[in-house]
Amino acid sequence: MIQFLVHEKADNVGVATVDIKAGEKAKGLYMDSQKPVQVKALQEIPLGHKIALTTFKKDDAVIKYGHDIGRVVAGIKTGEHVHIHNLKTRRW
Amino acid sequence: MAKIKTPKVFAYRRENGRVGIRNHVLVLPLDDLSNSACEKVAYNVKGTKAIPHAYGRLQFGKDLELFFRTMIGTGANPNVAAVVVIGIEPDWTNRIVKGIAKTGKPVAGFSIERFGEFKTVEMACWKAKEYVQWASELRREPVDLKEIWVSVKCGESDTTSGLASNPTVGNAIDKLVAMGATTSFGETSEITGAELVCKERAVNRKVGAQFMATFDAYQKMIDDNKTDDLSGSQPTKGNIRGGLTTIEEKAFGNLQKIGKKANYVGVLDKAEAPTGPGLWFMDTSSAAAEAVTLWAAAGFVAHFFPTGQGNIIGNPIEPVIKLTANPITAKTMSEHVDYDCSAILRGEMTLDQSGDNLLQMLIRTCNGRLTAQEALGHEEFVLTKLYESA
Repeated sequence: MIQFLVHEKADNVGVATVDIKAGEKAKGLYMDSQKPVQVKALQEIPLGHKIALTTFKKDDAVIKYGHDIGRVVAGIKTGEHVHIHNLKTRRW
Repeated sequence: MAKIKTPKVFAYRRENGRVGIRNHVLVLPLDDLSNSACEKVAYNVKGTKAIPHAYGRLQFGKDLELFFRTMIGTGANPNVAAVVVIGIEPDWTNRIVKGIAKTGKPVAGFSIERFGEFKTVEMACWKAKEYVQWASELRREPVDLKEIWVSVKCGESDTTSGLASNPTVGNAIDKLVAMGATTSFGETSEITGAELVCKERAVNRKVGAQFMATFDAYQKMIDDNKTDDLSGSQPTKGNIRGGLTTIEEKAFGNLQKIGKKANYVGVLDKAEAPTGPGLWFMDTSSAAAEAVTLWAAAGFVAHFFPTGQGNIIGNPIEPVIKLTANPITAKTMSEHVDYDCSAILRGEMTLDQSGDNLLQMLIRTCNGRLTAQEALGHEEFVLTKLYESA
C-alpha cells in the first residue's frame, strides 16, 4: 500500500496519503514517473502532511510541484514532518 | 486544440439565447433595508427565492459600480427565469430592474417609501405569483454541454486538493474547453508564488501582462493592509490543519484546477461577463462565497468546487458541485460531497477517469439533479465590498 505521494522528480517532500507512524518504513510513489520510493519516518506524519525526502538546513528551499514553496527556518532530517514549525512563506 | 464531441443536456433556453440549468424566480433586495420585505414575499409565494444581503446603501465610485454589476448580473443569470426587485426607494431599484430587463426576462420593481412594507409586500406578492406560475410551465430542451458556463474555485484546500481533486477539475476543464465551452478561474491572492507559471498560461503576452497587472494590484492591496505575513488567513487555519504550509504551496495546488492544456483567453473584472468561449481569469477574492457570487453575477451557471478539509459553501442561483479527495472528509462530511475522488490517492483511479466522472456529475446537475449544497439549502450570497460606504 502506498503511504505517500511525490508530485515530481525534483520535489524534496512527499505528501502522506494515510497517517504514517514514527519509525515506519513508509512506501511512496513519484506521480510523474510512477517510480517507488521508501523513507523511514522519524515522526508521525498525519494524512495530508509532508514528509522530508532529504536533509534540509536553515534557508534551504522546499520543492513541491517542482517549485520553491518556501524557506526552511529550522533544520529538518530525512523522514521528519515538514510544516509551519520549520517552513515559512517567502511572501508577504 | 481539436474540438471534441459535446454531449447534450436538458436546460432552459432564455430570451437572450443563454442557457440556464435552474429555473429560479428571485425576490432581489436592492439594499439591506429591503431584505425583510423580500423574505416575506418569498414566504408567501412558494417556489420563489429571496436572496438577502448586507449592502446597497451609500456606496459610491467603483464599489457602487461593482454593486450594481453584481445585482444586475445575478438577476440576469440564465438560471433565473424572472425577478421581483424590492428597494427602499425607486431610483436605484429601477436601475437594477432596467439592467435585468435587457435580457428580455420578466422583471418588476417595487419600492417601500410612500407605501410601507405591508403594501409593498402585497404588490410584490401578486407579481411574484404571476412569475412563478409562468416559470413553472417553462420546459427544458436539449442543448450542447458546451453552452453551460462553468466556474471553478476550491476551498478549505489541503494537500489532497493539489494531488487529486484540483487536477480532476483541471482534467474536466481541459475537456470542456476543447468542446468549446466557457469556463473561468480566479482567486487572485491564491496564485501568490505561482504567478509566473500562471502568466505563462495566458493565450498571448498581452493577456499575460493583463493578468500580472491584476495580480500586482491585488498584492498591493494586501501589502497596504496586512499586519503580519497572513499566516492563519492565507493559508487558512483549515488549510494548515490539512497539511498546507505556505501560500506558495497552496498556489501551485490551486493552479491544478486549470488543467494542463487550456490557455486563458482574457482577464475579467469582478462579476464581468466573458465575451466568448474558452478559459477566463477573473479577479476575485479567494473567499468562497464572495468568489462564487461574482461568477454567478457574471453569468456562470454551474460551479466545480474541490475541497480538502470540507468547505460547505453553496450559492442561491449557481449550483455548486462539490468534490473531495480527502478520505476523512468524504467519510465524515458526506452530506456535503457530490463526488468522492479519494480513489485517486489509493492508486485505484486515474485523473482522466476522475475528470470524466466529474463531467458526468455536471451533466446530471444540468439535467436537474440537486447538488449536495442545494439539497442542504446552502445559499451564501455574499457581495464583494471594495471599501467603506460614504
